[in-house]
Amino acid sequence: MRKVYTRPRLLKRVPFHYCPGCGHSVVHRVMTELIDEMNLGDRIIGIPPPGCSVFAYHYFDVDMAESAHGRGAAVATGIKRAFPEAIVFTYQGDGDLAAIGTAETIHAANRGERITAIFINNAVYGMTGGQMAPTTLSDQVTTTTPYGRDTKIEGYPIRMSEIVALIRGAVYIERTAVNSPANIRKTKKAIRKAFQAQIDDLGFSLVEILSPCPTNWRMTPLESWQWIDKVMTKEFPLGVIKDITGKNDAD
Amino acid sequence: MSSGKTGSKIKGYIEIDQELCKGCQICIAFCPKDVISLSDKLNSSGYLPVLFNDSGECTGCAICAVVCPEVAIEVYRG
Ligand SMILES: Cc1ncc(C[n+]2csc(CCOP(=O)(O)OP(=O)(O)O)c2C)c(N)n1
Ligand code: SF4
Ligand code: SF4
Ligand code: SF4
Ligand SMILES: [Mg+2]
Repeated sequence: MRKVYTRPRLLKRVPFHYCPGCGHSVVHRVMTELIDEMNLGDRIIGIPPPGCSVFAYHYFDVDMAESAHGRGAAVATGIKRAFPEAIVFTYQGDGDLAAIGTAETIHAANRGERITAIFINNAVYGMTGGQMAPTTLSDQVTTTTPYGRDTKIEGYPIRMSEIVALIRGAVYIERTAVNSPANIRKTKKAIRKAFQAQIDDLGFSLVEILSPCPTNWRMTPLESWQWIDKVMTKEFPLGVIKDITGKNDAD
Repeated sequence: MSSGKTGSKIKGYIEIDQELCKGCQICIAFCPKDVISLSDKLNSSGYLPVLFNDSGECTGCAICAVVCPEVAIEVYRG
């Protein structure tokens, strides 16, 4: 018998510290597979954030440089400008990219930085105990919205991808999810296109990934994967939000 | 229908790393052939991992491996 599925070469042989069913693990695997397939292992530099994925560099067997909270796009800008031949990506949570890092992200996109943001939207501040994030859904219960998010007091779930899509320097933006085999494959394809936009020197790219956080959503892993389809995608619809790379294919 | 009959050709096979598995049961939910089930023996991290039931029905489709967050599954096809 032929081995048809094995651990990606660029994923270090260590167990993940993530909770059972967490989406970060799935994204790490998909990304390390893709980086190898695109032959970028020696060229890519990742910027992990404060957040549950703070130790991403324990898993990705590629160069990485940790950033301060929300500063991913700024750090990536510096690295890319110093090493224009590098493919540079930030890996950021929603508390990171959509709250403390909003300004960096918008201005990096506006400058058309040739970097890629991998934006993990799990609708909470995962690492710090499940507090409300800007992306938390209306009525969603979190540790800081124990009666559900009241949009009159706490505002609305922010759609960062749609906001960044308005910016001229942003060339490829897609929202995907890691909650089913088909969606996981689409996530990989979206990141491939985002990296390609950078390789082709076109501008800023961003892939927003709806990602289960069973622990802070107080759900079983399977319930959290299903909740993305049933609830989260109603607020954050999946699909290509912007593509001016001139490379859109038939699907 | 034809579960585990002698002579039936095994098309697929998976290996589940009992130490990496965190028992999230996502693979159980997505396996179209229902050939994965929960173990009753804890692993050293304190999780109940899952086991492959080699009944001959696995097709080696790799759906379990695509969804497994822990990369605990290797898939063979033949
Ligand atoms: C300047 C600064 N402020 C606050 C924190 C505390 N902190 C660490 S992670 C985090 C939010 C994490 O949420 P998110 O970005 O959504 O990532 P997740 O854990 O959900 O993947 C915060 C507020 C910090 N590390 N640095
Ligand atoms: S708290 Fe949520 S995001 Fe963090 S590791 Fe656990 S499941 Fe993943
Ligand atoms: S390879 Fe397919 S049929 Fe076999 S155990 Fe995995 S999901 Fe089930
Ligand atoms: S999906 Fe992976 S970690 Fe989860 S129960 Fe199955 S083998 Fe274990
Ligand atoms: Mg988060």
